[in-house]
Amino acid sequence: MMASLFSFKGGVKPASHKDESAQVPITLAPLPSRLVVPLRQSAGGMPLPLVSAGQRVLKGERIGAPEGNFSSAIHAPTSGLVVAVEPRMLPHPSGLSALCVEIEADGEERWIDLVPVNYETETPDALRDILRDAGVVGLGGATFPSHLKLKPGASGRIETLIINGAECEPWITCDDRLMRERSDEIARGIAILRHIVSAERVLIGIEDNKPQAIAAVRAATAGSEGVEVVPVPTRYPAGGERQLIRVLTGIEIPYGRFGADFGVQCFNVATACSVHRAIDLGQPLISRIVTLAGNVERPGNVEALIGTPIDALLKLAMPKADTDRTIMGGPMMGFTLPRTDLPVTKAANCILAASPALFPPQGAEMPCIRCGACTRACPAELQPHELYWFSRAKNFGKTQEYGIFDCIECGCCAYVCPSNIPLVDYYRFAKSSMRTLEREKAVADAARQRFEFRTERDERDKAEKAARLAAKTAAGRQAAEGPGAAKATAAPTATQAPSAEEKPLTPLDDRKKALIAAAIQRIQSQKTGVQPKNTDNLSPEKQAEIREIEARRNKVRELAKTPPEEPV
Amino acid sequence: MLSALLVMAGIAVVLGAMLGFASIRFKVKGDPLVDKIDAILPQTQCGQCSYPGCKPYAQAIAKGEAEINQCPPGGEEGIRKLADLLGKEFKPLSAEHGVEKPKQVAIIDEAVCIGCTLCTQACPVDAIVGAAKQMHTIVAPLCTGCELCVPPCPVDCIAMVAVPETVETWKWRYPVIRLKERKREQAA
Ligand code: SF4
Ligand code: SF4
Ligand code: SF4
Ligand code: SF4
Repeated sequence: MMASLFSFKGGVKPASHKDESAQVPITLAPLPSRLVVPLRQSAGGMPLPLVSAGQRVLKGERIGAPEGNFSSAIHAPTSGLVVAVEPRMLPHPSGLSALCVEIEADGEERWIDLVPVNYETETPDALRDILRDAGVVGLGGATFPSHLKLKPGASGRIETLIINGAECEPWITCDDRLMRERSDEIARGIAILRHIVSAERVLIGIEDNKPQAIAAVRAATAGSEGVEVVPVPTRYPAGGERQLIRVLTGIEIPYGRFGADFGVQCFNVATACSVHRAIDLGQPLISRIVTLAGNVERPGNVEALIGTPIDALLKLAMPKADTDRTIMGGPMMGFTLPRTDLPVTKAANCILAASPALFPPQGAEMPCIRCGACTRACPAELQPHELYWFSRAKNFGKTQEYGIFDCIECGCCAYVCPSNIPLVDYYRFAKSSMRTLEREKAVADAARQRFEFRTERDERDKAEKAARLAAKTAAGRQAAEGPGAAKATAAPTATQAPSAEEKPLTPLDDRKKALIAAAIQRIQSQKTGVQPKNTDNLSPEKQAEIREIEARRNKVRELAKTPPEEPV
Repeated sequence: MLSALLVMAGIAVVLGAMLGFASIRFKVKGDPLVDKIDAILPQTQCGQCSYPGCKPYAQAIAKGEAEINQCPPGGEEGIRKLADLLGKEFKPLSAEHGVEKPKQVAIIDEAVCIGCTLCTQACPVDAIVGAAKQMHTIVAPLCTGCELCVPPCPVDCIAMVAVPETVETWKWRYPVIRLKERKREQAA
């Protein structure tokens, strides 16, 4: 049976530049002396570090525990010594740091005890947990935890499994090489994925510019019922998840929903391969295949351990002299790395050396002439020029009306724009601004609620205290009247007639005063008792910090002393 | 003629009754303007605006008793939004109420804390947990950075630290338009 192909609108056909790196077999990157493994390498929460500096770890040992069910575990890529658990700069467009584990390799590559499981005898839930604990995430670039994608969505069932081997972005060939060389492993991974979701059919979409890969995967999956390799027309972004699902099944997935809600789910070929390794071999995800291409002498694909410095990989590829920057990811969706001594992560599908000759600097931005080229190119069927206009004006409400969150940031619009407008930069700005605003709003709403609750509670407490005090005074008065009378009325009401006015209150007041004085003294003695501990034996920086805080505190006190005038 | 008048009068009575009913049935509780202003205020609840919280300040603005530029945590952006909402002129933050600062959270030096509970009493959003004579600590995600807990502490163990930007909270910058290159191109 040949699946009939659908098509997505838009898209572009940039020069593919794949031949150079697709010719050479995958090589193993040499073991670096030190690896820096970021703890957060998937969507979801930040995994908690399980190791501390000075500890020895084995290859494949868990060093980051998934927080809750929405993140994925992290493992030591080699055996060695943990030298640091501290924030390091990440390969991220922000150039910010986050918690990383640095491991000094001992060169022995000693594995933990691997426990392969037979997937046919395990329940889907158990397999999902194994995948989470093995750190398996989508290797196409989005690094979404795979165990979450394997849950049936609103439709209750995943009937069609889609395996993404399209690899549409120019220059990148890691999936192509993987399909040519490890199609058996991919086929086994597909069988496991299929078993977990009990899918009826599997469609493997591969762009028709990779005939060897298509042949290899066809051969590997020949015996299995319901598995079909479908060559899809070469057009960027055919490998976008939504685009591939559309092409293969005709199903369109709106923003905010997942393929699982419509009975389809999509996994990358490299993800299928790591699923096989996690289940059949018990090996966690500790390496990935990275394409080295661009302005280099020796383009190709290497299998690198997660945490290998990008520098080390570049050394293998030998960038030419006029290389001026390094891109992680492809030229369409990638970003320029702030530095090259950053680690390879699970998202790093390609390291691209760029030179002004290969990637000429974009011309200056000109006004939009509303030519409509971007609208024709947009695979998400948006109106990029409208989005651009509203993002630029920071009119975020309107951008949402025009569906900015459906934008997959593929860059087709910016690629065709004759005015050289960095359209995607505007969308990213607008999207992240909206996310920040939303986050802030949630925090503010929570603060408002808590404040209102507290005010209410304070008032209630005050009222209760007043009632209690009134009751107590009444009891005190009664006690003064006669000891027998007080005992008789254990719970006096506030409506008691005051018979003795001043006399019984005075001793009570005196006692209270004495108590308060004692409390003040105690606090003062505590204050003098503790303060030296606060400042003694401290480093000069700490002392300076304390002085600074002191100064600020004094200022706050000054401010508190001078009440701001009531404005009219 | 008369029947036409009667019909018109009848319609007027019916519509009037419907409007009257609707205004009672769908009465908006509370003051919508106060809520709209309150939604713009940052809810730090710090009192720097000289009101005991954001809501009272919102009420004062709605009554016209307060200026719109008294909230330092809301900063310039907040003032702009208030000006937009109320149709007023933008004005810079009033200096007497404070200066705009990056967002902060409080941290208690737990080794020094004596468990006096004074900070818990000062915190407007119940972001501090602890009991008498027990160590206290701040639940950072709930802390609004209002600094109200700092002065009451008898052993000065509360410090304010700026909230660092993380990969998760990082925001793409607004694209910079390269004017220089354009000039060069025009010259060429
Ligand atoms: S392609 Fe560029 S110039 Fe043309 S309409 Fe889109 S944004 Fe405007
Ligand atoms: S980047 Fe977004 S708006 Fe532009 S073509 Fe791609 S999906 Fe459409
Ligand atoms: S200054 Fe701003 S944040 Fe602080 S209480 Fe007033 S309105 Fe709220
Ligand atoms: S912990 Fe301190 S700074 Fe934070 S909200 Fe409470 S009182 Fe304000």
